Amino acid sequence: MSAETKTKIDFHQIDEILESFGYDKTNLIMILQKIQSIYKYLPQDIITYVGDKIEGLSPASVYGVITFYAQFSLEPKGKYEIKVCDGTACHVRGSMPVLEEIKKKIPLEKGRMTTKDGLFSIETVSCLGACGLAPAVVINDKVYPQMTPAAISIIIDTLLKEDE
Amino acid sequence: MITQTGLIKKIENEKKIAQENIKKQGLRVLVCTSTGCSANGALKIIEKFNELGVETGALTKEAKMSVVPTGCMGFCEKGCFVVVPDKKLAYVHVKADDVEEIFESLKNDTIVERLLYVDPALNKKVVDSSEINFYKKQTRTALMNCGHLNPESIDEAIALGAYEALVKVLEKNDPDGVITEIENSGLRGRGGGGFPTGKKWRSVSKHKGGKSYVICNGDEGDPGAFMDRSVMESDPHRLLEGMAIAAFAVGSDEAYIYVRAEYPLAVKRLQMAIDQAEEKNLLGKNILGTDFSLKIHIREGAGAFVCGESSALIASIEGERGMPRPKNIHMAECGLFKRPTLLNNVETFANVPQIIIKGADWFASMGTEKSKGTKTFALTGEVNNTGLIEVPMDTTLREIVFDIGGGIRGGKKFKAVQIGGPSGGCLTEEHLDLPMDYDALKSVGAMVGSGGLVVMNEDTCIVEVARFFMNFTKNESCGKCVPCREGTKNMLVILERIVKGQGTMEDLDKLEELAQVVQLGSLCGLGKSAPNPVLSTLKYFKDEYIAHIKDKKCPAGVCSALKTYKIKEDLCKGCTKCARNCPVGAIEGSVKNPHTINQDKCIKCGACQSGCPFKAIVTE
Repeated sequence: MSAETKTKIDFHQIDEILESFGYDKTNLIMILQKIQSIYKYLPQDIITYVGDKIEGLSPASVYGVITFYAQFSLEPKGKYEIKVCDGTACHVRGSMPVLEEIKKKIPLEKGRMTTKDGLFSIETVSCLGACGLAPAVVINDKVYPQMTPAAISIIIDTLLKEDE
Repeated sequence: MITQTGLIKKIENEKKIAQENIKKQGLRVLVCTSTGCSANGALKIIEKFNELGVETGALTKEAKMSVVPTGCMGFCEKGCFVVVPDKKLAYVHVKADDVEEIFESLKNDTIVERLLYVDPALNKKVVDSSEINFYKKQTRTALMNCGHLNPESIDEAIALGAYEALVKVLEKNDPDGVITEIENSGLRGRGGGGFPTGKKWRSVSKHKGGKSYVICNGDEGDPGAFMDRSVMESDPHRLLEGMAIAAFAVGSDEAYIYVRAEYPLAVKRLQMAIDQAEEKNLLGKNILGTDFSLKIHIREGAGAFVCGESSALIASIEGERGMPRPKNIHMAECGLFKRPTLLNNVETFANVPQIIIKGADWFASMGTEKSKGTKTFALTGEVNNTGLIEVPMDTTLREIVFDIGGGIRGGKKFKAVQIGGPSGGCLTEEHLDLPMDYDALKSVGAMVGSGGLVVMNEDTCIVEVARFFMNFTKNESCGKCVPCREGTKNMLVILERIVKGQGTMEDLDKLEELAQVVQLGSLCGLGKSAPNPVLSTLKYFKDEYIAHIKDKKCPAGVCSALKTYKIKEDLCKGCTKCARNCPVGAIEGSVKNPHTINQDKCIKCGACQSGCPFKAIVTE
């Protein structure tokens, strides 16, 4: 939780977002998407704030919506967000060996999806719709087609080098 | 309703102007910039053309050509795809480095032979893209313009006839007539269920008068499917036009398109298309001077498969957890914000404009008795030509896999096709001559579903695939009803046991019993269809399940817990690499002598196999 307490929240900006969506509870998902696009995750304080400010919602109901949808994260994401597609097409063409290779190169603590230094977060997603390129890996919105363990290993090395 | 005349003339005029503008672009070089080709560097190809003085969507006098970024051409396997329609020329696997050569050859009216598609069956080069087998066997309705136009330009869409159907409908001003036309066409819901579209429209139109909504389901969550994404990204105006016709027919003035969060490009292009159409008053208030208005909103999903289910989707648009609601209240009466609601899938709407233009009879002349028209499929997996296809619904699986798909990769043997994703079932060799219609597929325990076709070869373990789907539905179960939440979880436990070689024969009975409970007792379509992959694989590949349980063997050699690694004596050179790689010291042997693996120590990690320079280590 250390990273979370460090995040500074500009509540003025949050107010502006709420205003732009008319403080309407039916816009909650869009509001959360907007906030997450700024902080890359949804900090605890924001959940309480949004829940209190919008009529008809509570922090608990906001939390309920956040935990329901896979897109929302309560944990800060890494600088490089690696998404390994494990849709059917990718799965039968070998997405799991690619994931294993990534995990070998970037070890995670148990139960976490982001590395301690905040450089990488790793997750599997169900389908990116890039089935013609299976297996696909997406790193910060860039699609890498037809991955193999060897290829992803080189890509990660390049990212590590870039970051030095 | 204010009747407007002269609307058709107006749009025809616009079309003429747009077509003339396109002519002014000279020789048009189309570059596919869909998600697939973009990942393969399509944008760099366009940049390179720009560098050479060929402008995007505008004529360069000197070169007499222009480059046009288009949506998906469907042949993802061969990307990047570059097509020059005026010369009937198609290039495959194009890289930025090839652009200069293409540019020069177009100027000199020659052909870059090495970039032509090679027909694998005839080993012959094909110049014209419509002559490529992959395309030759297709009939495109919903995908008609995908890949032929710049999806970010409404003028290009109008030049190819966009909004003509809407204008025709508005000028005729007969909403009931529109519904009758759709009814007569025999169009059925392309989202998977196959409910007659006209019937749905009719029941919503009965509640005319107050506020009602039209929703487009673009939550294509089924892993292995990308048809709807392609329509939204490649021909957004066709979808908008279809929705507008539907809204006019049922008397609605507000619509939503619910798009998956994983499709950012679709969201961008749809928004652009809505803005452009509103600017031309083809959407928005009092469309073209009539009293029909339509506001279309886009709602982005947030990553939940269950939101593809209609009532869950509505809950999500309302800003709540996307949990399905009981179906005793019909959506035609009480849907979004408790108002009458018409919900159809992307492809269903995309079929509408052509039905209006060419007539119900034309559409009904394609397909089978009860499944009319064409259907798009995403053809993926172990097949030579992966990509997006559209075929009449009487096309057989054999034609799709072997003619359009070009057969199985690497000359391997066909094993099965998984159709309809986690809600569907598998089709085997005995089903190859089955037409791809709703009823034929249902009769063998599969379903059209959203239309994902994942081809599997002899190296795919069917039990592992069943486990994969069950893991998916277990994760995506929303947890509202017990049969689905607990049932999928426990079915997964059993399947995991089987792939680890710890299953018993009683497990198979238990699995079947659980499947029936989940099928009968679940609240929504996700739960009801979740057991399909298990039931259909149990039906057609029971021997494979038994091999895992009784013989502790995975016939396809996939399930790692059941693999036995062995060193082939004749191939082993005794280099000792495997012995050094083995993390548990299970490999014994001296230098320059064949090594052996101690099966009691082996943890089946595969490190020896992947490191062996002589390919001497095999699995059984």
